[in-house]
Amino acid sequence: MSVHQLLAVGLDGPAHYFTWGPIQISLANLVVIAIIVILFVLAIVLPFPKSKSRP
Amino acid sequence: MLPPDKLLPETQPVYVQSWIYVFGVATLAALLFVIASGLLLTLMGPAWYHVSSKGHFVNSVHLWSVELFFVFMVVHLWGKFWMAAWRGRRAMTWITGVVSFLTSIGTAFTGYLVQTNFDSQWISSEAKDGLNSVGIGAWFNVTNFGQMLLFHVALLPLVVGFLVAWHIVLVRKRGVVPPLEAQETGAQL
Amino acid sequence: MTTNQTTEHRPTPRQRHQANSIADRPWTGPEREYDLLKEFVIAIVVVGAMVLGLAAVFSSPDEKSLTLKAWSKSTPNDFTATAAAELAGTSVSESELGAPYNTTGGNQKFGPFGLQKAAGVRIPVDSVNNFVITPLSSLPPAAPLSDALTQWKAATAKQQQAWGGAYSDALAEPAADGDPAKVATGDYGPVPVLTASLLGMAQSGALEGVIQGEGGFYTTNYTKSILFLADGAYLEDHAVAEHLGGDQWGMMNETASYPGQSWMWLYSFWYQVEPFKSSGNADALVWVLMMVLSLGFVLVPFLPGVRSLPRWIPIHRRIWKDYYRTQGSSQQ
Repeated sequence: MSVHQLLAVGLDGPAHYFTWGPIQISLANLVVIAIIVILFVLAIVLPFPKSKSRP
Repeated sequence: MLPPDKLLPETQPVYVQSWIYVFGVATLAALLFVIASGLLLTLMGPAWYHVSSKGHFVNSVHLWSVELFFVFMVVHLWGKFWMAAWRGRRAMTWITGVVSFLTSIGTAFTGYLVQTNFDSQWISSEAKDGLNSVGIGAWFNVTNFGQMLLFHVALLPLVVGFLVAWHIVLVRKRGVVPPLEAQETGAQL
Repeated sequence: MTTNQTTEHRPTPRQRHQANSIADRPWTGPEREYDLLKEFVIAIVVVGAMVLGLAAVFSSPDEKSLTLKAWSKSTPNDFTATAAAELAGTSVSESELGAPYNTTGGNQKFGPFGLQKAAGVRIPVDSVNNFVITPLSSLPPAAPLSDALTQWKAATAKQQQAWGGAYSDALAEPAADGDPAKVATGDYGPVPVLTASLLGMAQSGALEGVIQGEGGFYTTNYTKSILFLADGAYLEDHAVAEHLGGDQWGMMNETASYPGQSWMWLYSFWYQVEPFKSSGNADALVWVLMMVLSLGFVLVPFLPGVRSLPRWIPIHRRIWKDYYRTQGSSQQ
């Protein structure tokens, strides 16, 4: 049994789709897009560690 | 081309102080994993991953590094857009970045065509109509596996690699764009 | 030295010019330590851990390719209808696709511009012969197939299409319901024998190799095999069941529950809305639109309005908040 078989989380089943009007999106794609938005928001909101300034 | 202290400086302007700045290098890191896993897949050929669990794992690394590559690239792109990072003779940096993004989409797409599985069958049968409708399909034949494989593993990676290198050299050459509405102050003069 | 303005106020055109000239010049202001090499090494380690972790936990999709054998066995009626349509000249590959495969299909246009037709027939596909007659001719000659082939080859194109069309129509009758055994008698010439033989050949597994082998010993071009497979409903039914259809945002999606090419969202989007959705030239319209939008994307720094969005929506205030705070206070 390979490493990934031990750890594998089932993405091999049928996908869940959301439909809003003309928009249809899979859960997996929605998660990927949500991660992009969250990363962007965190990147501009979270303080960046300070380093020494040089004149 | 560039003196070493400009290519790898030890300091950055004081305004380079945000997590948004790490997404460029994160994109580059993901690209290196895309290339490394892709090179491993080329060792044993395009059908290896169907029959080998090692091959399948390398294929998984290839997929997820591509997904992360696009995730980081989009965050980087949004950041650069809202910073209007093309200011001050940096338009070419923006252009090489956008063209890298579009070329990466094409490269990923050819990857889907050479999976030699149901995905490839369906995606090529759908995509050919779009490409044929504007005449491109006559030269870039998505149902020609050999042609797509060579585009995917040779031509397009070379183009992406060249564009990314050009992009990075431009970033280092021009420096990180100063904040919008930055003023002339004593500190800078 | 002008120090009487704070950056909290909307800049005058003169100040904006000055700001641009700052962006034009190498930065001579205060700096902070920033180790790019260290940042790069950390990025490699973090991204590497994420990539290996995701690959180990989620794996990757690999749904086996469809085969002509599986198609002909699981949906023999669809296979027969497709074979009959090839002989009638009404299959998708013959009557719809057009260039670069043939001149019998309809070519898409963008307004008055027929780019598809202009490209010409550069990848010729002769559906009747490539998919049906040539493969059947490769079988050992035996009646009734050899007689049917002789009859077909001796007939005029018009007669061939009439036989094929009549048989296609008969198969589609409600009484027949696609089943060759239930088709009413009629003037179908050799067509029923040809389609039944092709079905048998596909079910034996021999057809796939023969169609693919038409290109010679080494073949890396699957154009004919894909076109024939796509002429039937089997491939599309499979795809639609997995939410991969063109009108299901399919280009973005992946088999099973995996994320797909989410970056294709805009390209997929146009196919879901009018006027593209119901246009016979949808592909050409969407492609031209996407090429124009991509060019606009490349040229953002030069597009009035678009290039000013970052000034109007001040997300940069957040990104450079330390800079604005310190610069603002130091200038009081």
